Amino acid sequence: MWNRRQVLRVLGAAGLFAALRPSFAQAEPRAILTRPIPSTGEALPAVGLGSWITFNVGDDPAARDACTEVMRNFVEAGGRMIDSSPMYGSSQDTIGYGLRKAGLTGRVFAADKVWIASGAEGRGQIERSRQKWQVSRFDLLEVHNLLNWQEHLPTLFAMKAAGQVRYAGITTSEGRRHRDVEQIMRSHPIDFVQVTYNPVDREVEERILPLARDRGIAVIANRPFRQGALLRALARQPLPSWSTEIDCTSWAQFVLKFIVSHPVVTCAIPATTSVAHVRENVNAASGRLPDAAMRQRMIAAVERG
Amino acid sequence: MSEWWTYRLTSFLLFSPRTYYRLLELYNLAIWPAQLAGAAIGIAIIALLIGGRRHHERVIAGLLCACWLWIAWAFLLQRYAQINWVAPWFAAAFALQGLLLLALGVVAERIVFSTPRGAAFWLAIALLAISVVGYPLLAPLAGRSWTTAETFGIAPDPTAIGTIATLVLVRGRIRWLLLFVPLLWCAVAAATLWAMATASG
Repeated sequence: MWNRRQVLRVLGAAGLFAALRPSFAQAEPRAILTRPIPSTGEALPAVGLGSWITFNVGDDPAARDACTEVMRNFVEAGGRMIDSSPMYGSSQDTIGYGLRKAGLTGRVFAADKVWIASGAEGRGQIERSRQKWQVSRFDLLEVHNLLNWQEHLPTLFAMKAAGQVRYAGITTSEGRRHRDVEQIMRSHPIDFVQVTYNPVDREVEERILPLARDRGIAVIANRPFRQGALLRALARQPLPSWSTEIDCTSWAQFVLKFIVSHPVVTCAIPATTSVAHVRENVNAASGRLPDAAMRQRMIAAVERG
Repeated sequence: MSEWWTYRLTSFLLFSPRTYYRLLELYNLAIWPAQLAGAAIGIAIIALLIGGRRHHERVIAGLLCACWLWIAWAFLLQRYAQINWVAPWFAAAFALQGLLLLALGVVAERIVFSTPRGAAFWLAIALLAISVVGYPLLAPLAGRSWTTAETFGIAPDPTAIGTIATLVLVRGRIRWLLLFVPLLWCAVAAATLWAMATASG
């Protein structure tokens, strides 16, 4: 007998197959690509919104309003997952302000993290984060950078069992502690893993992404643009003419399409302070996606940059 | 912190340059015209050092103490802490420096300036003058608005530089005790500015 995760995985793979076939995807060019969260089958738009640095604007009213517009346009364009952390300065406050002001509470997939050395203080930090977001509960909570995951992960699982959060996971970035990540993925029933993945940083393709597929774990790709450095480097060369074959109009979309076209990636979370850019980013989850051969051409094009 | 060698300086930068300078702008607008008082304090310290009147050390220590305590509270704790969760620790260091100046310079009168008026003295005076008069000019020179200017006694960087210029003239080993926090802040500020320049490409 197949269990729930296996059935959902097959169904998800079927959806991905359709998305990866250019002709098939072309039939509905404006539809936002979604990916099933393997543990439940819930569909999630493949491009989310990060908040590292960009939403850390303090109590500056003008900057907070600008971030609110970014969130409003993100949701209007079809995005759902907004990601933050207590590590990101005032980003959580900015998100809470924007969600309330734009009336978006309940329309986003609220993803946050626990990031504190003391296991006993984890719940308290999560509650403070929730109050800043002004949401009834988080959809996803992850242990940030595996900090004291041994104590925090049981807390997240207990909260999930009590209905205080819907999904639990772990994060790392820039290739750190991948062995520990793998060990946790093998030994704990996490729903999500967040790792760095983009056309330059592809280490996770070797072990972590296959393991996520096998274990039915959703994958969030952070640092898609290497905090902007990748796009600044790529801006020195023109977008390849064949990018039109996958409906790319910018290097940002080029990079995002590469990321979300990996069959195991659930969602990429670029951060931005620009309304135009957030719409451009979400639109990367629409139109045609590259097949395996084109993904290799994309890697070559990016590495030339 | 595991795998510490994989972290870069920019990994610790929590905010964008735009946010940092906007923070300075809002701070400046909120406290105007306190900047003029800060500059007046800087000029007064220069005059007191050159004049060398009796008890001028106590007055200089008291003025510097006021600047460091003000910045600890008004800038680092009230403003900078909004975007940098390390800022409360910076505020504590600035408060410590203020209290050191108060205890050693005002109460115990342990701060005594060396008397020779050689090249070192005038070099220190020049550095102090640059921190008071020259540092605010960096904002327009860098293409930023005057409202983001950093002034002595109000912003941490020119205050730390001006304080170092003043305290290098102090006699004895007590000088190094008093220079520790200002030098540490200069290292932190330089790292932050470098990270901001790198992060913005």
